[in-house]
Amino acid sequence: MKIEVLGTGCAKCKTLYENVKKALEESGKSAEVVKVEDIPSIMKYGVMSTPALVIDGQVKFSGKLASVAEIIGML
Amino acid sequence: MLKSFADYIVFTLIGMAPGTHLGEALNFFIYDTLKIFLLLSTIIFVVAIIRTSFPPERTKRILSHEREYVGNVMAALLGIVTPFCSCSAVPLFIGFVESGVPLGVTFSFLISSPMVNEVALIMLWGLFGWKIALIYIGTGLLVAIVAGIVIGRLKMEKYVQDYVWEMQVGSSEITVMTFREKIDYARDYTRELLKKIWPYVVVGVGIGAFIHGYVPQDFLARWAGRDNPFAVPVAVALGVPLYSNAAGVIPIVQALTAKGMAIGTVLAFMMAVTALSLPEAVILSNVLKKPLLATFFGIVAGAIVVVGYLFNAIL
Repeated sequence: MKIEVLGTGCAKCKTLYENVKKALEESGKSAEVVKVEDIPSIMKYGVMSTPALVIDGQVKFSGKLASVAEIIGML
Repeated sequence: MLKSFADYIVFTLIGMAPGTHLGEALNFFIYDTLKIFLLLSTIIFVVAIIRTSFPPERTKRILSHEREYVGNVMAALLGIVTPFCSCSAVPLFIGFVESGVPLGVTFSFLISSPMVNEVALIMLWGLFGWKIALIYIGTGLLVAIVAGIVIGRLKMEKYVQDYVWEMQVGSSEITVMTFREKIDYARDYTRELLKKIWPYVVVGVGIGAFIHGYVPQDFLARWAGRDNPFAVPVAVALGVPLYSNAAGVIPIVQALTAKGMAIGTVLAFMMAVTALSLPEAVILSNVLKKPLLATFFGIVAGAIVVVGYLFNAIL
């Protein structure tokens, strides 16, 4: 599984990244987690509000900060 | 009810005498913070629920079919309900122009979205009354529409950074939230926003209360009154660096109004605080070349100054 956290470096994007890490820890699942900060890669997903979460190439949500529990539900 | 609660705390519980500087300032502080936090928590929640129906992807789709005039009006109106944070200004801008939203229409959105925001409106409503809040919405929309039309007419597409036009933008689905998800989103959003702005509100109201209690009446009439032609431009220039602190700035400005600052000057100042900011300029310089960035700032600042003079003349 590959998880991408899209965001241009705002505070919320960093928190989302941390939440993803925690969600993986708590659920015991393993995945490759990448921060995507360059605009062209973000635009490729058609995302217009950050932070956004992409799991295996699919945009799960954009423009909000999901809680650890919410992310576990998406894994 | 809030008023009698504040009276009870200050004059009965603490036992200060009504009419004293400290007593009046403290009374004002308690009354205003209570009122503002009540308004903030309810209205931000309602606005957040409305916003869940207008993700930027949908707004983009609506605007990509619109042309000049109608497009500018729609963009300014959608700017109110579409969630916007200056940190997403770049992907939003690229998404808009790539999907065929005209440049001028995109600017109407970019101007209205931060300017006509719920926090500024609630603070204006709570401290100046609904009439001033409505005037602020109306003129804010007008500034966004007119500035967008002018920028569109100037045909400045070549001053958009070149890479923007070459960008490959994927299409993403519009996620539809269930009612439960909307409520959860609105609750989290309200909590986060309040957590961020409460210190500004408390400090702002505190300074405002101090001014109310201690600064002599008409202290500012000479400098910031309607007879000083420089007051409006100076207020606009001062507003630019005070970005995003509408919550803290409005209580101070309200107190200054009571000491003689003219209302047109107040409106112009508020608009400059919300619409023009240095951090946003830095972010937008990723997608706009200098001439377009300068034009954008110049036209919006000019329009705001006109609004200031207008309301100083008629109110």
